[in-house]
Amino acid sequence: MAQRPDLAHVDVRYIADLARIDLSAAELERFQAELDDILGYVAQLSELDTQGIEPMAHAMPRCNVMREDVPQASLEQDRVLANAPAVVDAAYIRVPVVIEEASS
Amino acid sequence: MTAPTDLTLHAAADLLGRGELTARALCEALIARRRRVDAALKAFLYTDDDAVLAAAAAADARRRQGQPLSRFDGLPLALKDNLSVVGQPCGCASRILAGYTAAYDATVVARLRAAGLIPAGRTNMDEFAMGSSTENSGIQPTANPWNPGHVPGGSSGGSAAAVAARTALAALGSDTGGSIRQPAGFCGVVGLKPTYGRVSRYGLVAYASSLDQIGPITRDVRDAAILLDLIAGPDARDATSLPDPAGGYETGLAGATVTGLRVGLPQEYFEVEGLSPEVRRTVEAVAERLRELGATVVTVSLPRTRYAVASYYIIATAEASANLARFDSIRYGFRDHAAEAEGLLEMYRRSRAQGFGAEVKRRIILGTYVLSSGYYEAYYRRAQQVRTLIRDDFVQAFQECDVLLAPVAPTPPFRTGQMSSPLEMYLSDIYTISANLAGIPGISLPCGFSASGLPIGVQILGPVLGEGRILRTASVLEQAQGGTRFPEL
Repeated sequence: MAQRPDLAHVDVRYIADLARIDLSAAELERFQAELDDILGYVAQLSELDTQGIEPMAHAMPRCNVMREDVPQASLEQDRVLANAPAVVDAAYIRVPVVIEEASS
Repeated sequence: MTAPTDLTLHAAADLLGRGELTARALCEALIARRRRVDAALKAFLYTDDDAVLAAAAAADARRRQGQPLSRFDGLPLALKDNLSVVGQPCGCASRILAGYTAAYDATVVARLRAAGLIPAGRTNMDEFAMGSSTENSGIQPTANPWNPGHVPGGSSGGSAAAVAARTALAALGSDTGGSIRQPAGFCGVVGLKPTYGRVSRYGLVAYASSLDQIGPITRDVRDAAILLDLIAGPDARDATSLPDPAGGYETGLAGATVTGLRVGLPQEYFEVEGLSPEVRRTVEAVAERLRELGATVVTVSLPRTRYAVASYYIIATAEASANLARFDSIRYGFRDHAAEAEGLLEMYRRSRAQGFGAEVKRRIILGTYVLSSGYYEAYYRRAQQVRTLIRDDFVQAFQECDVLLAPVAPTPPFRTGQMSSPLEMYLSDIYTISANLAGIPGISLPCGFSASGLPIGVQILGPVLGEGRILRTASVLEQAQGGTRFPEL
């Protein structure tokens, strides 16, 4: 089970678990050093007084962009399924077991 | 007569219109050259020459019947590997998208097709547009056409290298933090990043959605204006596209002058550690030339410049971690079938581990971290507040000037493998990322060469929707400088 993050620096193993990426021991070591380096650099943002400054989520904010609700053709099923790594009966995408059957 | 491979789009269009060149002959010449030089350069990831030649022949037939789709009917264009073209791979130079075929056309591709332009090859890039050198491609590195030991820049390095190498007349790229302007500068060609929302992002694989924009990479300023005319404008399929009418960029170049134009030099840009003397001298020489041409050059301040890289790499990676969550090996992309027996979670983990390259993993992890509980306020929210301050810097500067003149990168193209750490690479983006944070347009224009013969670009930035103004300024400068130079290959 993943550990809570250490407050001193990024816990790469924990974060990689959140991001669903399996890392090798060598990657863990390398990313740990590189990400600590990057986070050390970005810490300089705390120098700026941002009290009362509105956060900017978008360069050109637009909200409630509406269009007419008109039915249109969707992508063809076989064209979409053609990209799936595993397909059943030319109609379903096959995935690993998500819900186990209850054992007696 | 100029070789077909050396033409601009507008010169080729003129020859097609006069019947002095056919689209098929033009495409054949480009294909022949690509077959000769691209094995060393590696700018292209995918080509379908038969389809290109068939489309060119169809355009020639339309023109013979007096019914071309536009004056550009039959001109080929290279596309970055993150733009969807129906029936073609769209891999973002990533192993996780090996075998993926796009199911629809991006809006930019549909608009180009409507004018008769032909999608002619997919160009290399840093994986998912994450990088500044194209060394992060999951497929192959691309060489700089001016010197194969140097990088072409990135992330649209394949597009810029192909245009410089005369294996494409022009190309489209995407720019999230400089990925059009910097490779254009490194390869000695023109690159334009439009205002955020000016060009629809529908069909562009998302990296950082609040920063990404599609734009042209071309031989000259007029071609950049031509392509912007074709691709810009509102799109019902992209809710972030701007409703303002677009167009008139090419016609707006006629009679352009810089008389009375106020050109701002941001003083902080010349205090950046690592700014090479050659780049500084090039920018200063361009300022002097603009002054001779009638412009007024003033010094302006962008006081929050030193915080731009930190703000950018928090915001961009946060958005990337969310956008790239879709690569789950379920609906498309690489799947580690051996991990299926271990359950869904293990399949995600191992598929993503094998499908993504190091820089993509690094950015996803950084982005996940800055969004994670307990860190959101300190990193992501603060970075967004700093973004507001950086935008305000530009708003203030554009009270005092009409355009800004800046370097594109602190140095001429660096050597392959030269950057010793990810952070060092990130810091090289200092001159380009602010435009993405602020949403403003920028164009990079080749303006000189280093002592070692590598191109040096200069950047002109404008206010929101100031594409016409920066294109006119760049066009005046381009004409004052004289002809295009191509690398020997």
